Amino acid sequence: MTPTVVSRGTVTIDVERCKGCELCIPACPPAVLHMSTQVNHTGYRYPLLSPGCTGCQACHAVCPDYVFEVYKYDRPRVSETPPASVAAIGGAE
Amino acid sequence: MSERSTGTVHIEGARRVASTRADLQVSEDHHLCPGCGHPVAWRILLEVIQELSLAQRAIGVVGHGCYTNIVRMADIDFLQCLHGRAPAVATGVKRVQPQAAVFTLQGDGDMASEGLAEVLHAAARAEKITAIMLNNGVFGDTGGQMTAASVVGQRTKTSLEGRTPELHGYPVPVAELVAALPGAAYVARGAVNTAGGVAQTKRYLKRAFETQTSGAGFSLVEVLTMCPTGWFVPTAEGPGYLAESMQPTYPTGALKDLHRPA
Amino acid sequence: MTATLLQGSRAIADSAIAAGCRFFAGYPMLPFTDLLEAMSAKMPDVGGTCINADSEIEAVNMVLGAGAAGARAATGSCGQGIALMQEAIAEAALNEVPMVVFNMARGQQDYWQATRGGGWGDYRTLTLAPKDVAEAVFHTQLLFHLADTYRAPVCLYGDYLVAHTHMSVDVGPIDFGPPPDKSWALDGTAGGTGHARQIWTWAMGRDDAPGPGPDIHWRRLAGKFAAMGDAEARYESFRCEDAEWVVVSFGTAGPFIDYVVEELRAEGLRVGSFRPITLWPFPESALFEAASRARGVLVYEVNAGQMIDDVRLALRGQVPASFIGGVSIDASGMRQGDLLTVAAIRSRVLDAIGVGSGDNG
Repeated sequence: MTPTVVSRGTVTIDVERCKGCELCIPACPPAVLHMSTQVNHTGYRYPLLSPGCTGCQACHAVCPDYVFEVYKYDRPRVSETPPASVAAIGGAE
Repeated sequence: MSERSTGTVHIEGARRVASTRADLQVSEDHHLCPGCGHPVAWRILLEVIQELSLAQRAIGVVGHGCYTNIVRMADIDFLQCLHGRAPAVATGVKRVQPQAAVFTLQGDGDMASEGLAEVLHAAARAEKITAIMLNNGVFGDTGGQMTAASVVGQRTKTSLEGRTPELHGYPVPVAELVAALPGAAYVARGAVNTAGGVAQTKRYLKRAFETQTSGAGFSLVEVLTMCPTGWFVPTAEGPGYLAESMQPTYPTGALKDLHRPA
Repeated sequence: MTATLLQGSRAIADSAIAAGCRFFAGYPMLPFTDLLEAMSAKMPDVGGTCINADSEIEAVNMVLGAGAAGARAATGSCGQGIALMQEAIAEAALNEVPMVVFNMARGQQDYWQATRGGGWGDYRTLTLAPKDVAEAVFHTQLLFHLADTYRAPVCLYGDYLVAHTHMSVDVGPIDFGPPPDKSWALDGTAGGTGHARQIWTWAMGRDDAPGPGPDIHWRRLAGKFAAMGDAEARYESFRCEDAEWVVVSFGTAGPFIDYVVEELRAEGLRVGSFRPITLWPFPESALFEAASRARGVLVYEVNAGQMIDDVRLALRGQVPASFIGGVSIDASGMRQGDLLTVAAIRSRVLDAIGVGSGDNG
């Protein structure tokens, strides 16, 4: 059986505004942000979101470039996590 | 699921709890370095002004530094003034417009170096203004020289081997100096290197403005911010450097809260 | 007209308050200190603020803030303290904040400071140099009007004599017409409306409402000061129409010169006097007109020769100018010394025009 992850919230990420400072990565309590391998048009890597966001706004709090908008779901959403990797969402892996 | 965004989007079955832009912010494009702590401080400052319903009373007196860019980015009245002099300028503004919520926004180079006399005298006079010092221990805008707030051991363009007491003396703790003055009613020091620190610093700013609007007296919030460029560290190490190198010299917390009525 | 016998400093304070000055800040320094004390005593009575600041730098920056917030605000000092205020005076010129600066100088040695300015950038400081307390009272009110009209720092060049002489003066308010618009002043009320106000020497505006930026802003300011120069020159001339010799002086030296001119005229010598009232803008064309038929111009000032530079510029080489003044300070260091006497001036004038006086003063 594929493991499932509950997401209570989500974020939008303005990948073109990101300057690749990576402060959001350790700030995220459920550790659902990781940096992309591709770069944006200014040459910076940017964060990607995996399932499991709680909508806690920690990423929004620490981001110096106003990259994140944070949303809370009315009802938590369950998603299946593929083994050994995270899904590519929005930007590229 | 996250989505690439060039503005606010509608997500079915969800409500937005945090926006890219504070209400009073007109732009996100500040051109400051990756990992700079100043934009984080700007955001919580503008959120506090909005949440305390001070948008149509706020007057910002802004010194000289990278943080001066806030003047281009926020829709409140601003006076950009001479280096170090903001507390004196703010005194004149507040005496003429006593109903306004008058604050200064300065760096450590501005307040601790050039303007130490001005902030101490404004606090001593118990001026009903809120002074805010963004302390990253360097003159960032001019390329990273040592300020009066640079900590012992800190490498800067004018202390390349690290600040050494025999050569450069010791840092000036502005919050402690101001707190010692009877005219200062509220003094706190926060840091924006962690989400918890950001939330705590926002509470300090709120308390500082409440000190002003209640007529209790002079308030000061010192905010430790990251400057990885000035510190010669990779951006991702900025928060750790702040915690390990700056916070021992500059402990966070509320140093003074007199809450005296007018 | 109601005339009251008042000490000059007190008369200036009363006149400033009559003009609507409601914020004053200063740091004690003689001979300015009496003006600070008079303001400190009087301001609370009219609901204004007078702050005894903890440095000249602090005082002038407080006044800049008060002016930016819409008040008629003033500071002062004497030359040495005005020296500390230069950056802020330039700042007020470049961010267009009205400010009145009272230089109660220790003599006449601050002419260059007043007219060349020690601040930064392309700016000029309109400076009025009264000859006595009565003129100082009028100039004080005129300066608040001009500061607001042009949104600029302006200066009164007073001195020990103006500060300490008692004179019978009327310090009632003078009507200069409707006060200039101050909708640019900061009061916070436009915040969050999309039209919040900015006062910034760089005039960058906001990302959603860009300003002209320093290049265009500073060019406009240079034009503003040029227009001020064309419009605001003031002077007084006496018996210059048929004068062979014109004696030029400024400030409190003026009445001494006029006295000597009257004496020498009575003795048959064709001399006249010319007194710039605005040190900047210097009344160049008026001086040229007054002196163009003369054999020579004699410049009397109690310093090593400062105004004489502007006299020579105004005369365009058409009439020779010679210096009959000099450094002269009294034992206290607070005021002009022995050179500022009728006898000394008379002797210098006669020596210069080649008529023996029998007494080299």
